Amino acid sequence: MFACIYVPNFPVAAALRAEPELQACPVAIFEGKPPLEQIIAVNERARDAGISPGMTKAQAELCPDLALRQRSPLQESSAHAALLDCAQSFSPVVEDTAQDTLLLDLAGLESLFGSLTKISHAIFDRAQELGVKANVATAVNPNAALLAARGLAMVHGEAENRKVMVIPPGKEAERLGQLPMEVLVDDHLEGDQREEAASLLETLNRWGIRNLRALAALPEVALSERLGQQGLHLQKLARGAHTRTLVPVEPPLIFEEAVELDHPIVLLEPLAFLLNRLLEQICVRLASRALATQELRLTLELSNLTGVDDEFDNAGIPSESDGSKETMRGQPPSAVRRSEAPQLSRRSTQFCRKLSLPLPMLDAKVFLKLLQLDLNAHPPGAPIVKIHLSAEPARPRSAQGGLFLPPAPEPEKLELTLARIAGIVGEQRVGAVELLDTHHPEGFRMRRFVAEVARKTPQNKTPDAAEAQAAITALRRFRPPLGANVTLQNAQPMRLICPAKRDVQGDVLWKAGPWRFSGDWWERDAWSRDEWDLAVRNGETIAFYRLVHDLLGGGWFVEGTYD
Amino acid sequence: MSSAVVSTSAAPGRPFLFDDESEAEVCSASAESKRPGGKHSPESVAASVFQSAIGNRQSAISLAPASRLEIRPAPEMITSGIPDLDALTGGLPRGCLTEICGPASSGRTSVMLAALASATSRGEYCAVIDASDSLDPHSLAVAGVDLDRLLWVRCGELKGAPSLSPRFLRRQGGGFDFSSPLPLNSQKKESESRCRIASVKDSSRSQRHSEHCLEQVLRATDLLLESGGFGLIILDLADIPPQSARRIPLTTWFRFRRAVEHKPTILLSIEQQPIAGSCSSLLLQLGVLSSQFSVISSNQFSKNPDARDWRPSHAHLFTELKIDAELIRSRLDRKPARSITFDTKTAWAG
Repeated sequence: MFACIYVPNFPVAAALRAEPELQACPVAIFEGKPPLEQIIAVNERARDAGISPGMTKAQAELCPDLALRQRSPLQESSAHAALLDCAQSFSPVVEDTAQDTLLLDLAGLESLFGSLTKISHAIFDRAQELGVKANVATAVNPNAALLAARGLAMVHGEAENRKVMVIPPGKEAERLGQLPMEVLVDDHLEGDQREEAASLLETLNRWGIRNLRALAALPEVALSERLGQQGLHLQKLARGAHTRTLVPVEPPLIFEEAVELDHPIVLLEPLAFLLNRLLEQICVRLASRALATQELRLTLELSNLTGVDDEFDNAGIPSESDGSKETMRGQPPSAVRRSEAPQLSRRSTQFCRKLSLPLPMLDAKVFLKLLQLDLNAHPPGAPIVKIHLSAEPARPRSAQGGLFLPPAPEPEKLELTLARIAGIVGEQRVGAVELLDTHHPEGFRMRRFVAEVARKTPQNKTPDAAEAQAAITALRRFRPPLGANVTLQNAQPMRLICPAKRDVQGDVLWKAGPWRFSGDWWERDAWSRDEWDLAVRNGETIAFYRLVHDLLGGGWFVEGTYD
Repeated sequence: MSSAVVSTSAAPGRPFLFDDESEAEVCSASAESKRPGGKHSPESVAASVFQSAIGNRQSAISLAPASRLEIRPAPEMITSGIPDLDALTGGLPRGCLTEICGPASSGRTSVMLAALASATSRGEYCAVIDASDSLDPHSLAVAGVDLDRLLWVRCGELKGAPSLSPRFLRRQGGGFDFSSPLPLNSQKKESESRCRIASVKDSSRSQRHSEHCLEQVLRATDLLLESGGFGLIILDLADIPPQSARRIPLTTWFRFRRAVEHKPTILLSIEQQPIAGSCSSLLLQLGVLSSQFSVISSNQFSKNPDARDWRPSHAHLFTELKIDAELIRSRLDRKPARSITFDTKTAWAG
């Protein structure tokens, strides 16, 4: 058995997927260069309002409530990718017949999804989740399914909500018979083929053939004598007897969504609405393929329209003079691509942000909040004319917390919390510590903090062993080290005064040292120093400090206190 | 710990009950007493009204004997990583705020690292909100803290703060040494006067910096407490001057206590002086007394600090510190204040 997913008026469906609020409005899609813009697709409401394909844009604009949208290849390719995801989530054998048509092999899926009717309805629901309203038809051969799916719109009209047809084996001719002759003509034919098909239909129309049942009832020999092999082929199609093998495709795992804006976005708040929509679409697509994502790339095309800059300067957009020079985190500056738009009056740049996640996630709200926090910290600094969002697919994490494991922060929540804290204290000032293989006293770096539930508890040291270990005298560092005035006697510190910190001063009661350390002499940042451990009396208390004498620079510093 | 805290009627979850009818009755009785032709004297009427009101209120409020009051379970006590300290306090309570205070070199950070090592060895995730960016990662590693399980929030960054490279240190110039033949007293006076001038200039700046750090600490703490999932959250305010730390409103500490109350999180605050008031369930005071200073060195230092030790300084080694810990207040274990002494060893002491 085969199923066909067909999206009537595909350009309109792609536009409605990008702007779901237009579902209740008459919508027409036009293309072409001004002033020769022509309507190419309309929805049922627009057709009721008298708009039809072939009209000029100026004619269509006479309809007051009509939503006119320019054809967007980006939106159509996104909708097509969503359809492919929908089909791939049911069957591995999918034929990419056309941009608006997909064929699936349903062999062996009954045990997984239930009866053919259930599968058809599930496909319809999944397509609707992905934002596309599709016709779904199931038949014993691909062509019968294809004709049935195309004919559903013509038979029921758009008023019918659920357009699903299941043709039982042996009933193809009966169920297809009611379909009009137009379903036999492929919408994607162009040039001579289209004219030839049109003349053939006209001939059949003159014969009084109005539907497929009439065509199927014609005698084969007589039809062959008059229309040749083409006529026989059409009759086989009308009877649902023509079969062929599918040409399966393996669609690449690319999850991208884009939207082009008629008017530039100036504020981050409306941008968040659009990002939310794109993120939800990407998340649904990922979920349909049982995937998650660990990396999101946001590319904003910025526009500096001449004469518009002044208007936007005071509009409240966070300005960052070098915002367009922002490089993607963790990528070389060459990763930022700049492009010059063909119009002389428009200078567009691309602003890229990369959101790397520690674990695969699939939560549009979390992604949106993270992107908002990131854009707040790194505003684009110019009006946005195009938004492109892509997600790198990854297998979803399968770790499960145990009943007896200690609690761990929830990864999605933690990521948001870390992003918020990074906004407070700075990006590089929150995370986990990683010690570097060096003897430098500040030999460490910050890295991303990841809380994995499945991470094993260190087993080499039991709690009893940890308790048995004596507490360590810790060093509290002064960052940066405090410059100190040191009184020396016999080349040994006798008194210590830190002008920057009044608490750190007093007579040296006891000292140990000097302990000499040096390193990185082969690099520009070589260091060499003497360390002293001092006990200093400050009033009634005694404090212990690490005093450092920089042998290369000659200064004295209090590096920290033992506490 | 087997103690339990009995909640009072003002505790959350036990609302007071008021009866509208009793209120109406009181009003009508009082109105009746105002009538000129009333039979009862005003005093007797007032007494009867009061008694009836009390009676009604008693019937309306569900009074329960003390034995039936809700008993809040005792918090789980977790080892601090220092057995002597556990013997004193019973451990660190989960879902409570614990304060550890003391001056510089009193062992606060050692206790903090021991608690971190203990928590991470149990597989818990910990967070340190470091107000003055003073945590030493090498000390963490030596103390046995699992660095993968520790979130370090480094507050207090100032715009344009210099890096810590040796080149910066050289450029900064550092202090200077007084190896000139000036008498020691004059050197001391000169340096103190310089310090005084500098301190007046820097006092307002350092106060602003402290407030900036505190703001970051409080906001980060709020976020982490809200996030949940951490076994131990430490507010390191040890280098914040007490006068600045006391500016944290008491409501903030109440909010923290409330946020952590029903979570398996230990909220630990390290500071110079107690600042959380009654919000902390456990208050420890640490210190190194002068009398205990003599044992910091392995065996070279004389017991009398004034006595001359003619050994060269490089023959000395700083090996251990004796910490005096005093339990100031515990709301979990009502016992008189007492103290203990424990040792902390330096990383190189072996």
